[in-house]
Amino acid sequence: MGTVPSALKHCLSDQHLLKEQLWIGEPTAPPHPGQESQASGLPEYVKIVEVGPRDGLQNEKVIVPTDIKIELINRLSKTGLPAIEVTSFVSSKWVPQMADHKEVMRGIERHPGVQYPVLTPNLKGFHSAIAAGATEVSVFGAASESFSKMNINCSIEESIEKFEEVAKSARNMNIPVRGYVSCALGCPYEGDITPAKVAEVSKRLYSMGCYEISLGDTIGVGTPGSMKRMLEAVMKEIPLSALAVHCHDTYGQALANILTAIQMGVAVVDSSVAGLGGCPYAKGATGNVATEDVIYMLNGLGINTGVNLYTVMEAGNFICTALNKKTNSKVAQASFNTGTIK
Amino acid sequence: MAAARKLLPCWAVSMRAVSTAAFPQRVKVVEVGPRDGLQNEKTVVPTPVKIRLIDMLSETGLPVIEATSFVSPRWVPQMADHAEVMQGINKLPGVSYPVLTPNLKGFQAAVAAGAKEVSIFGAASELFTKKNINCSIEESLERFSEVMNAARAASIPVRGYVSCVLGCPYEGKISAAKVAEVSKKMYSMGCYEISLGDTIGIGTPGSMKEMLAAVMKEVPVGALAVHCHDTYGQALANILVALQMGVSVVDASVAGLGGCPYAQGASGNVATEDLVYMLNGLGIHTGVDLQKLMDTGTFICNALNRRTNSKVSQAACRL
Repeated sequence: MGTVPSALKHCLSDQHLLKEQLWIGEPTAPPHPGQESQASGLPEYVKIVEVGPRDGLQNEKVIVPTDIKIELINRLSKTGLPAIEVTSFVSSKWVPQMADHKEVMRGIERHPGVQYPVLTPNLKGFHSAIAAGATEVSVFGAASESFSKMNINCSIEESIEKFEEVAKSARNMNIPVRGYVSCALGCPYEGDITPAKVAEVSKRLYSMGCYEISLGDTIGVGTPGSMKRMLEAVMKEIPLSALAVHCHDTYGQALANILTAIQMGVAVVDSSVAGLGGCPYAKGATGNVATEDVIYMLNGLGINTGVNLYTVMEAGNFICTALNKKTNSKVAQASFNTGTIK
Repeated sequence: MAAARKLLPCWAVSMRAVSTAAFPQRVKVVEVGPRDGLQNEKTVVPTPVKIRLIDMLSETGLPVIEATSFVSPRWVPQMADHAEVMQGINKLPGVSYPVLTPNLKGFQAAVAAGAKEVSIFGAASELFTKKNINCSIEESLERFSEVMNAARAASIPVRGYVSCVLGCPYEGKISAAKVAEVSKKMYSMGCYEISLGDTIGIGTPGSMKEMLAAVMKEVPVGALAVHCHDTYGQALANILVALQMGVSVVDASVAGLGGCPYAQGASGNVATEDLVYMLNGLGIHTGVDLQKLMDTGTFICNALNRRTNSKVSQAACRL
């Protein structure tokens, strides 16, 4: 093993402690009915929406072969994750990393009880997704005009019109639609974004039929302060149960922001295995928060996710090996380095 | 290599901060980079670089900078130049420069070198104490009482650290009651402040809350600090919970210097830049200039020939 500090050699207890945390997700003080627990005020269950295969891989430098994508998604399906964003039905001219969307959609195992949403920016993408077997779709709005223009070359209003077409078709086919609002805590072009604007766009998406609105801190600039203010505004327009947070860890604030959201009652959190997906607006910086780190925190809070952290770490190890990169998950880094995970 | 100066993008600087009633209005940031940070870096840093680091930190507005450690160089060679560092730094008025003193001998050497504040390190784990300083918790407290007596006689304030408050690399789980017991003893001995250290970074907001609730029954919250490691990425979330419970002193290390000796390659200390960024966003006053802090982080990372562990710093480096 080379030169290992003597302390490390004796760290068996550390491994046992970790394994307890990884397997069971035991709270430090299990809640009893009728008794105030340390988890009081927090949701009992949080749904994790895994965005690694889409948002993650889309923002990685290396283009991943189709069979690797399928293998990743199949592994993630076995972890207990209830929702896995699979791919994006966007023109391969714009997003070459997702060019194999049909093959991926058709190639993955579909586990009962697991949702496999796909991105559909317009009606054409929607039809293509349905033809390939999609049973849930997502649309991406933004709270910033500049971002909307730079990203999809149209205004917020124009983009909403496109999404309404998708929502209408989806409604006719009983296909659930998830809505994303980008730049919820700041925009790479406009800077500050008002909570009122985020609330307005969220309300438009919700009113057109999106069952859930995922509020994205696209450049990771948010802090617990701005998260709280933004959620307060959005919660006036949208029921709490229909809200999700999609935090980026570019400034290291993601877990603190997610904690703030959970304290306010949000019970759906997006994350990416191994923290896949850098930030296209800050070269070399990180992007998505790592699923492993989120689950570790939720386990420690006694919040149920239904997810086996150990198997997520293994899936993370698989994709990082395939991408020849280090994981962005600190839990995975620490676990591998203490020998808890081989 | 002259690295491009990292600048915070304007949107990050101008983000409107929101003050919420649940948080302290002011937080004292205790900078441990020059001691805890450098002690746990692989590269040994030359004395002039250490002095320059501390001088740059002094210019950022940080109120407390842990300068060095008066431990035998046989055990901690990285801190062998403690007397030179202590005598070489530019001590700004209003800034404290505590140093570690594990025993009376170290204390006397520290005072001779001009130290005006010292720190002692206890632990909430018997096994950790045994492996670290080869005695029991009780015996370590007896050694510290010698330091306390001497410090009291010299009117030197003493800060107490308690390690392993949320978990131990040898014992595993640590009971909150044990942390409270050790903290109470050190506070009763005369430590003006108790810094509760999540030594292996294994804690979560759940265990942090439970531990603090127990400690706060024995030690006033105004005398408490948290020293969170980011080994499992939980540090800022843990700090957030501590703030919500009324803690207003937080330890951090510029550029996140100092890996974890118990998980090879894993990170250790939370980065001061990332902490200050969060506190700014909460409208909490720290007195620290984030840009100057980032410049200091760039300086020491260049000197160590390593990448920063601060995400704020990484994000600001845009080509």
